[in-house]
Amino acid sequence: MTKRYAGSEEPAVRELDLEVPGGEICVLVGPSGSGKTTAMRMVNRMVEITEGDILVGDTSVRDRSPAQLRREMGYVIQQIGLFPHRTVAANIATVPTLLDWGHDRIQARIDELLELVRIEPALRDRYPAQLSGGQQQRVGVARALAANPGVMLMDEPFGAVDPINRERLQNEFLRLQAEVRKTILFVTHDIDEAIKMGDRIAILREGGRLAQYATPAELLMAPADDFVEDFVGADRALKRLALLRVRDIDLWEAPLAHVGQATSEVRAKLEGAEVPYALVIDSERRPLGWLSDEDLLAETVPANPDASPEPVLELDDVMRDALSDLLQAETRYAPVVDADGRIAGVLSVEIISEFLTSPEALVEEHPAAERPLAE
Amino acid sequence: MAESATGMIDVSIQPGFFSSFVDAFNFIFHQQEGGGGTLVGGPAKVLELTWAQVQVSGLALAGSLVIAVPIGAWFGHRGKGEFLAIGLGNAGRAVPEIAVIFLLAAVIGIGLRDVAIALAILGIPPILTNTFVGVRQVDPRAVEAGRGMGMSELAVLTRVELPLAVPTIMGGVRTAAINIVATATIASFVGYSTLGDFIINPQVYGTDGALAGAILVALLALAVELTLSGLQYLLTPRGLRLQHIGTGA
Amino acid sequence: MYVLAAKMHLAIPLAANDLPRSFFGGRRGQHPCESTDALFCPRWAVDNLHTYVDPALKQAYLVVISVVVGFAIAMALAVLSHRFKWLTPPIIGLTGVLYTVPSIAFFFLLLPITGFGTDTAVIALAAYTLQIIYRNAVTGLANVPTEARDAGRGMGMTRSQLLWRVEMPLAVPEIIAGLRIAAVSTMALATLAFLAGAGGLGQQLSAQPTFKTNILLVGGLVIAMAITFDLMLLAVQRLTTPWRRARPA
Repeated sequence: MTKRYAGSEEPAVRELDLEVPGGEICVLVGPSGSGKTTAMRMVNRMVEITEGDILVGDTSVRDRSPAQLRREMGYVIQQIGLFPHRTVAANIATVPTLLDWGHDRIQARIDELLELVRIEPALRDRYPAQLSGGQQQRVGVARALAANPGVMLMDEPFGAVDPINRERLQNEFLRLQAEVRKTILFVTHDIDEAIKMGDRIAILREGGRLAQYATPAELLMAPADDFVEDFVGADRALKRLALLRVRDIDLWEAPLAHVGQATSEVRAKLEGAEVPYALVIDSERRPLGWLSDEDLLAETVPANPDASPEPVLELDDVMRDALSDLLQAETRYAPVVDADGRIAGVLSVEIISEFLTSPEALVEEHPAAERPLAE
Repeated sequence: MAESATGMIDVSIQPGFFSSFVDAFNFIFHQQEGGGGTLVGGPAKVLELTWAQVQVSGLALAGSLVIAVPIGAWFGHRGKGEFLAIGLGNAGRAVPEIAVIFLLAAVIGIGLRDVAIALAILGIPPILTNTFVGVRQVDPRAVEAGRGMGMSELAVLTRVELPLAVPTIMGGVRTAAINIVATATIASFVGYSTLGDFIINPQVYGTDGALAGAILVALLALAVELTLSGLQYLLTPRGLRLQHIGTGA
Repeated sequence: MYVLAAKMHLAIPLAANDLPRSFFGGRRGQHPCESTDALFCPRWAVDNLHTYVDPALKQAYLVVISVVVGFAIAMALAVLSHRFKWLTPPIIGLTGVLYTVPSIAFFFLLLPITGFGTDTAVIALAAYTLQIIYRNAVTGLANVPTEARDAGRGMGMTRSQLLWRVEMPLAVPEIIAGLRIAAVSTMALATLAFLAGAGGLGQQLSAQPTFKTNILLVGGLVIAMAITFDLMLLAVQRLTTPWRRARPA
């Protein structure tokens, strides 16, 4: 299901023309006064469109009464807006009740949703005042999903939470989206959140004009103008690293050495190798350490190499974290292992910088739902 | 149109209710013969009783203010005794005014001073409670600022807290005033003459007098309310006035 | 219980020196207490308590009817002015006038229209409650958290669904606070209902206006009933707002 904005002239928003593919997260981001919230609220007619139209699927949002329209969309706001006088279960049941679902159906749905957003069933009959901020947020999301809407509208939904919990909530939400695949319009003022959460990002400038509408990678690598470049931030190259995993890159090969192997063989391998150090591995191909020059003076490869293999990175690590580990350990090379701990290659800072500047880097793009989650 | 036995002109073609009001106004402005043949009504008598009511009410209100404001303000400033202050306000509402009048009349007498005391007792609870709450609810930052500038506790109270509490306090004063004026009407029962005389003595003043009395009492109460509202407006510091466009409590 | 006390009462004087006339003349003679100047005579109270029951019940009845009528009208006005905000100032003004006019005046102003009786009392008492209930209802509705309102609208509630499912329940505490004040004030005022010919404990007062025990009994009963109504309404509030008792986990 696609959603399309046509041009509109609400003073807060001008000439917005976007198409949002179904099942994707489209982030509206911009400074305050850019009309991003207004634009989102035009979709469920909380704000009326003065010119142009919004189509959901093929039907205009003007075709039905606002109340009916809204019951078919999920709506999550920054302050959450849980009804203080209703229990968690009753809050979640709000739209299904408005749609006259049967009692049993509603109860089953509530249980389903509680599990989906990872809230213990014991909290079912609690009141919002008894929940933590993070729990309230999750109930808010569950409430929006209750009637299984095709479209979700989210206005800074994680804004009211502290940064630690915000990250957790973002990750959980992405995991959720991987399961439910809704078409989502997400508003935020935080470019980092936009990059993390969005499949497509629409940057709005003050006065409500669209500055650029692109995927996160495109945005980071080819900002349309100075405004976008400023907004994205001077560290956009680094920001890209948050989008990648170690496995997305071509790793270097280091000469491998087994314990007890003749060092002469090892020395031979070192000639012209990509990585000028040899890595000792055990029978399971797990890295034990790097061989120093002194080690190589011995007859055979020792079981305890001089240099520790740390930091040992994993293929699934987020690139940004991998770089951070490398820099902290002050090493040039780090072994990379797969999920079983077996050597897969070697990562270095040079590889990363080469990758970032190379054309192949343009090709990579994960849907937001499958994007790496920070550890 | 016929001349009735008492010498008043009966406007009998109008609906009865309307004529009652006409008769009542007649009563206020023209002295006439009442029950028992004496002369009743007329502006002089009206003014006399109105003044009596205003006098005793004013005295009582002054008394309530003198007692309730300092106590309420001091405790509000300290922040202590909230339970008592609020409780007193609630309890005060539950006390039937007529019982207080009768009881004090039986115990201490029925002169101006005695009735004023009874009325003052009725006026204290709303003023005390509202003063307490008003002072208590002043923005603590303003109080901090005052202390920080070196004001003594008393100065903080009189120069910061009380002015900012004026709307709430005046709300209580208005409530007290209305209660006092209303109860002063009933003082006629115990022998202290006020406008209530007209109302409770139909044998002397007739139903016209009763209605007239009611109208006069109502007007007096409204006049008092308007006067105090005006006073509240004048006493409210300008900065507050710009904030609060609504009415006080 | 009264009968038992009465019997004991008849027995005791036999031992006393001043043989009361009641012993000879049944209970219809003058009780010795009435001629003394004591503040309170427990015996007389116990003896005659049963005569207060009917007036007390009548007064309670008047209060209930008046508050219910006042509540219905005030709530209707509040819902209207919630929708049409510009109505608020005129309604505040109008209910303010009704609040300011003393009840006794109100009774007699209504006389030409509704005559003596329960109706007159109810109209006047209900009018008195309008302002406090209306004010509290409007404040309660206004204090509903905006995000709850936004969320409700955004989820597809119609205006009336939003009002009845979200705004009203959340305004209940404020509304009941207003009801409590109204109930207590009306109970005290209803003591005057006898002036409108509606009975009530005021009747007892006017029957023996100087007998202190009588006055204290009337006052005590009125206060007791007021407190009872207050606590009952408080219980209703607790029962209907379970979410307020919920403590953060």
